[in-house]
Amino acid sequence: MKRLLSLLFVFTLFVAGCAPLATPTPAPTESPAATEVAVTVPPTTAPEPRTLTVFAAASLKDAFTEIGKNFEGAHPGVTVALNFAGSQTLRTQLEEGAAADVFASANHTEMDNAVKAGLVQDGAARDFLTNKLLVILPASNPANLTSLQDLTRSGVKVVLAADTVPAGKYARQILDKMSQDPSFGSDFGTKVLANVVSNENDVKQVVAKVQLGEADAGIVYVSDAIAAPELVTIEIPAELNVLAQYPIAALTQAPQPELAADFVAYVLSSEGQDILVKWGFSAIQ
Amino acid sequence: MPGLRRLIEHIANNGTRDWLFILPSLVLLTLLGLPLLALFGRAINADFFTQALSPSALEALRLSLVTSLLTVAVTVALGTPLAYMLARWQFPFKSWATTLIDLPVILPPSVAGLALLVAFGRRGLFGAALNELGIQLPFTTAAVVIAQLFVSAPLYVRAARIGFNEIDVQLEEAAHVEGADQWQLFREVMFPLAGRSLVSGAILTWTRALGEFGATIMFAGNLEGVTQTMPLAIYLGFERDLGVAIALSVVLVGVSILILAVTRKLDKTHR
Repeated sequence: MKRLLSLLFVFTLFVAGCAPLATPTPAPTESPAATEVAVTVPPTTAPEPRTLTVFAAASLKDAFTEIGKNFEGAHPGVTVALNFAGSQTLRTQLEEGAAADVFASANHTEMDNAVKAGLVQDGAARDFLTNKLLVILPASNPANLTSLQDLTRSGVKVVLAADTVPAGKYARQILDKMSQDPSFGSDFGTKVLANVVSNENDVKQVVAKVQLGEADAGIVYVSDAIAAPELVTIEIPAELNVLAQYPIAALTQAPQPELAADFVAYVLSSEGQDILVKWGFSAIQ
Repeated sequence: MPGLRRLIEHIANNGTRDWLFILPSLVLLTLLGLPLLALFGRAINADFFTQALSPSALEALRLSLVTSLLTVAVTVALGTPLAYMLARWQFPFKSWATTLIDLPVILPPSVAGLALLVAFGRRGLFGAALNELGIQLPFTTAAVVIAQLFVSAPLYVRAARIGFNEIDVQLEEAAHVEGADQWQLFREVMFPLAGRSLVSGAILTWTRALGEFGATIMFAGNLEGVTQTMPLAIYLGFERDLGVAIALSVVLVGVSILILAVTRKLDKTHR
């Protein structure tokens, strides 16, 4: 009998394994911020436990963690499960059948790809913030970089996000713009790219390599530098910078469509926007 | 298939109890086999060869082969004496050395990568000393080899140690009586007799080095042609072009099956 039971157990595991990719559900946290959050949906008397799964660009890590906590506070019984990675990784995971409710991408390309794949309804995505990029250096500045021009100096170890990653795409667009600027020279971009020692899979890994001091410089979002204040930064002038626009959308196959819509609304609300601004992003309005 | 008939007879004789073995086994085998089948299923299309032979795929394949074979060469050169010492000598801290050999095998690769960074990274324990010598390891092909060595060399040492241990002590004593010194004993008796263990150990190390991912991406980074080995190209390429990632994966699975077949053959002739 015991053996039969264990057999049953194995089978249950197997069947459970066949279900679409489930995200781990952390224990529902207490809601310290509940009082200061505008409640969009009135809490029911006996809230059923629900999990809202949000796939968000790696650069949103700190801001969305806070937004998720607040959302949980305003929605008793709801757990927000956050999955952070490069937007291109998230889109691929969604295409391969990962179950999620909300997708927040760091560029339009991946959101458009999601629309093309039928994951997001055409026209449903809304831009919810803008971001800019800058150059980060380790606190010790081992290569003694003082200007953007220094990035071309031979031997400087530059780390970028890969060209599939939104941050990597933006960085390369900026290098292109700089190459067209006579003060940098037409071979500026080529020279910087020749100094690239690693193409990372998301922007936070670029930050990590610079924080560790292994790389001399990295090109990341302004918001990443806010989250890592110990790093030295070199600003990129506005006319050479790009305006990164982040779209967000509820997914067509969302297991929790109502919660998904609420979450998107919360991110777009003035409260959500305030949190994003606090973490170094620019509000959309 | 005489094996199948025997199995059926066994079930017929023993009745339903056999299913307590067969069903769980089938579940696990399905779990292990289906993903690989799916991989091959997705790979079968007209583009397979153009994808598997695309320049970036070939570059990753080349880098993987070069680094993993270098790893094997270094492992055999440094690991054989160590395995021999562990098998036959008594020396202080021997149990520590044994633990050190066993540890990387069970250590998560990400821990290995972090450990390598804090040891040999620019700001690592030996980073400054290496820098004095003009050596900066992270982001270099050398870092790829070191990461592979760290995780895969112990496999060879373990196999070789067991191989040396299995040799009859009387043979050694006889060689001693004949007047052979330590080196002659090793070269003429121990090395040939442990040969098969050494080869299968080296193959194990090679497969593990080929598959190394976590320590490499942390310690060596990812740059095509310099540090982007096949596992990295698969991981980072799957969102760029799933087809290329699948083609590369199938190549790796194929190589692994081939390697297993060879080691099996070696084991069989050994017995």
